[in-house]
Amino acid sequence: MIDAKIPAGPLDDKWTEYKGHCKLVNPANKRKLEVIIIGTGLAGASAAASLGELGYKVKAFCFQDSPRRAHSIAAQGGINAAKNYQNDGDSVFRLFYDTIKGGDYRAREANVHRLSEVSSNIIDQCVAQGVPFAREYGGLLSNRSFGGTQVQRTFYAAGQTGQQLLIGAYQALERQVALGNVKMYNRHEMLDIVNIDGKTRGIIARDLVSGKLERHFGHAVLLCTGGYGNVFYLSTNAMGSNVTAIWKAHKKGAAFANPCFTQIHPTCIPVSGDHQSKLTLMSESLRNDGRIWVPQQKGETRKAIDIPEEERDYYLERRYPAFGNLVPRDVASRAAKERCDAGFGVGTSKQAVYLDFADAILRYGKIEVGKEGRENVSEEEIIVLGKEVVKEKYGNLFDMYEKITGENPYELPMRIYPAVHYTMGGLWVDYELQTTVKGLYCLGEANFSDHGANRLGASALMQGLADGYFVIPYTVGNYLADEIYSKAIPTDHPAFVEAEKAVADRIDTLMNIKGSQSVESLHKRLGKIMWDKCGMARNAEGLKQAIEEIKALKKEFWSDVKIPGIINEYNPELDKANRVADFIELGELMCVDALNRNESCGGHFREEYQTPEGEALRDDANYMYVAAWELKSEGNWELHKEPLNYDVIKPTQRNYK
Amino acid sequence: MEHYNMNLTLKIWRQKNKNDKGGFQSFQVKDISSEMSFLEMLDVLNEQLIHEGQDPIAFDHDCREGICGMCSLYINGKPHGEWKGNTTCQLHMRAFKDGETITIEPWRASAFPVIKDLIVDRTSFDRIIQAGGYISVNTGNAVDGNSLPINKDRADASFAAAMCIGCGACVAACKNSSAMLFLSAKVAHLALLPQGEPERHSRVMNMVAQMDKEGFGACTNTGACEATCPKEISISNIARLNLEYLTASIVAEK
Ligand SMILES: Cc1cc2nc3c(=O)[nH]c(=O)nc-3n(C[C@H](O)[C@H](O)[C@H](O)COP(=O)(O)OP(=O)(O)OC[C@H]3O[C@@H](n4cnc5c(N)ncnc54)[C@H](O)[C@@H]3O)c2cc1C
Ligand code: SF4
Ligand code: FES
Repeated sequence: MIDAKIPAGPLDDKWTEYKGHCKLVNPANKRKLEVIIIGTGLAGASAAASLGELGYKVKAFCFQDSPRRAHSIAAQGGINAAKNYQNDGDSVFRLFYDTIKGGDYRAREANVHRLSEVSSNIIDQCVAQGVPFAREYGGLLSNRSFGGTQVQRTFYAAGQTGQQLLIGAYQALERQVALGNVKMYNRHEMLDIVNIDGKTRGIIARDLVSGKLERHFGHAVLLCTGGYGNVFYLSTNAMGSNVTAIWKAHKKGAAFANPCFTQIHPTCIPVSGDHQSKLTLMSESLRNDGRIWVPQQKGETRKAIDIPEEERDYYLERRYPAFGNLVPRDVASRAAKERCDAGFGVGTSKQAVYLDFADAILRYGKIEVGKEGRENVSEEEIIVLGKEVVKEKYGNLFDMYEKITGENPYELPMRIYPAVHYTMGGLWVDYELQTTVKGLYCLGEANFSDHGANRLGASALMQGLADGYFVIPYTVGNYLADEIYSKAIPTDHPAFVEAEKAVADRIDTLMNIKGSQSVESLHKRLGKIMWDKCGMARNAEGLKQAIEEIKALKKEFWSDVKIPGIINEYNPELDKANRVADFIELGELMCVDALNRNESCGGHFREEYQTPEGEALRDDANYMYVAAWELKSEGNWELHKEPLNYDVIKPTQRNYK
Repeated sequence: MEHYNMNLTLKIWRQKNKNDKGGFQSFQVKDISSEMSFLEMLDVLNEQLIHEGQDPIAFDHDCREGICGMCSLYINGKPHGEWKGNTTCQLHMRAFKDGETITIEPWRASAFPVIKDLIVDRTSFDRIIQAGGYISVNTGNAVDGNSLPINKDRADASFAAAMCIGCGACVAACKNSSAMLFLSAKVAHLALLPQGEPERHSRVMNMVAQMDKEGFGACTNTGACEATCPKEISISNIARLNLEYLTASIVAEK
């Protein structure tokens, strides 16, 4: 069932060879081929624009009121590319190497190498579209560093890189809409795929405004629906981010890979109370200048500024001198948890650590004074100048922090804590981004492909755009070339009728439960189970309990959920119920996967498997594989293993010391 | 920060759908923490309504961190509420006092029809972008990103305009329901870059024509848009737009 279809030949040549030999579709035939794209984030919008430009008939869907609002918009820090503009030793190989190592040797070499190869084209494409990246005074593009690397290869637009990239892709998409090549469906949610004779041939979508179900045919369907971090209830994802599209695909035969690989981001604003509806990220770029610390004394009660330097524990710098505050995310998150669990946490909840800019402010202030060639400048004035530099770099993030917490991070260190941020797992795809169902593709965060067990910062934007702009136009063509004789299937075909009926029945069932608990309260409970037992640290005992608890919660959901309103109207509670029902099922599979993987790697930390220093302990002999789960029946999965072969890189214990 | 709890009266616009006339309905919420966000306060109200068997309030939101532009709400007469340079989802309850009454309405503009309660249809903005808010470059046609240096100040100014989140608060704030700030931000973003140069004239003409077609009002330079814009998009962009439009019209006449 699992064949990654990795082209033969040396790693460096695979993608070039593939492109040189894949099948093509001539322009006249492209017009007859219909492609459905679910999602208009970086992956979906770039795919829709590119396929529209090529001449395919594209239909694109998103659940927000405009494609421009996909959650890619929220990405802050930046996007990687192996341009080596800084002349600091970067190369395609090094980006490839860093990504494989950052992923703790659980990603495919061929995919990651391709990603690295096309990374440069992404920057060029975006610049041409008018993405206003940060620039130096000479007018050239600027770079910053990100975690897990020692070169500066991250391109950025202040703290709004995702916004600018998405606006670029959105505009390219709207251009295709204007040209009639893409038809856009806003406020639509895909609720099922339709398979005919072993191939995906369409979808069932619900118009969220009227509540009506619709059938849409496509010769191929691309799922670009983002991450499923909201299974934890609290995450840095948007409120609407969900697993529904890929979960439905999973139920219709698409294998789900490494579902338990979740990225917990070390620097987020901590939870302030039970009312909390989501968590806000403070970009990793802040770790370039911010220093992370906790008091050396347990149960410290003094304010941060009253704690003298020698009584602070800069624990990342202490434990990882080579990378210091810029260790990868999984490492930084676990280190924060370790300190808080040991009783050194700060703030009222004691579930937080400090991220401090005082040193950076002084350092930048002194540089400014130095530039002006002045002497005998007071410390106060240096601080004023330093704050200006910090504001230019991170102003919008500091503002966001202050709006949420009411505290001024220019004066007081930020309080931060890890939060669920990204899901490395997703639908299993082969080298062509095709799932285990023919004609069904998966791009962006929704697939599992490139980040192994831990994603490096600034690599998701790169992957989303690589998939959409540069990979799928070739690979979907290779499939569609054999479809030119397949006529569009009328949507009164029994498979469509049946699929629509199943969706309608499920919605009816949900509405008729008329129980006593709100969707939100059940979602919160799922989140708590997942965070406590399948979060930053996991163990076999806890995971087994979690599976039982989730099964019980599922029963409770289907017998006691309360959804107000009616079906044929705008009904956000019903939309949410549809999504939470899927999250519950996914939660179970995530625990099953985490329980199966008797090792620690990247973001997956099984407490039973750690080195004496508390680092993740991999078991390459037994677990160097992608776990692809095939659903057999409710709550019953078959595991397919895709072995990972490292031909070029030799896996070692990851070392950031 | 001192935290406190408060009881509030909420006067909220209810409207079943686009054809319904709509009207205000009042609600009480208790023990709202000053640490909550404004939308979390509405979550509390909605949980309460669901338990009482009433229809919850429909409002748009997604990222809840001030960047997607999905949230709206006209709060006590101000789009996105009292705080400057802020979106509704970033507004926090410490902006309010115990015992206050808060009035919440949808954006009001004929080009933004109400869908339900506080939700409006802003697809007119997408159609304005479709009319020309892009640079026509197909995937794969790009030259090296550094082959064309761009003066940093221009790049920064372009970025400042490109920060617009397409929320529509400028329209809601304007007594004429003009979309000029939104439109000018896009025109400025692209006109300030060399890549935007070739389509400069047609872009502005087509986008303005589309704006008029959508039924947005004229701009009379009152500045209410700039004052409420959550991304503090400068009204000087409108001056630039007018200049661009004028030049484009002259070129078109030839
Ligand atoms: C706060 C934050 C900051 C980040 N910062 C960075 C960064 O600096 N650098 C980096 O590289 N990465 C970053 N990431 C990660 C990165 O932003 C995401 O992984 C990436 O943008 C995902 O893009 P996507 O296109 O796969 O999905 P998304 O952008 O999430 O888009 C999903 C799309 O699918 C649609 N959709 C979903 N379900 C359905 C359905 N059932 N029916 C119809 N439509 C549906 C949605 O409407 C949306 O259009 C960040 C993530 C977050 C949350
Ligand atoms: S100009 Fe400002 S107020 Fe208007 S849509 Fe853009 S961000 Fe919103
Ligand atoms: S919800 Fe995204 S800007 Fe407010």
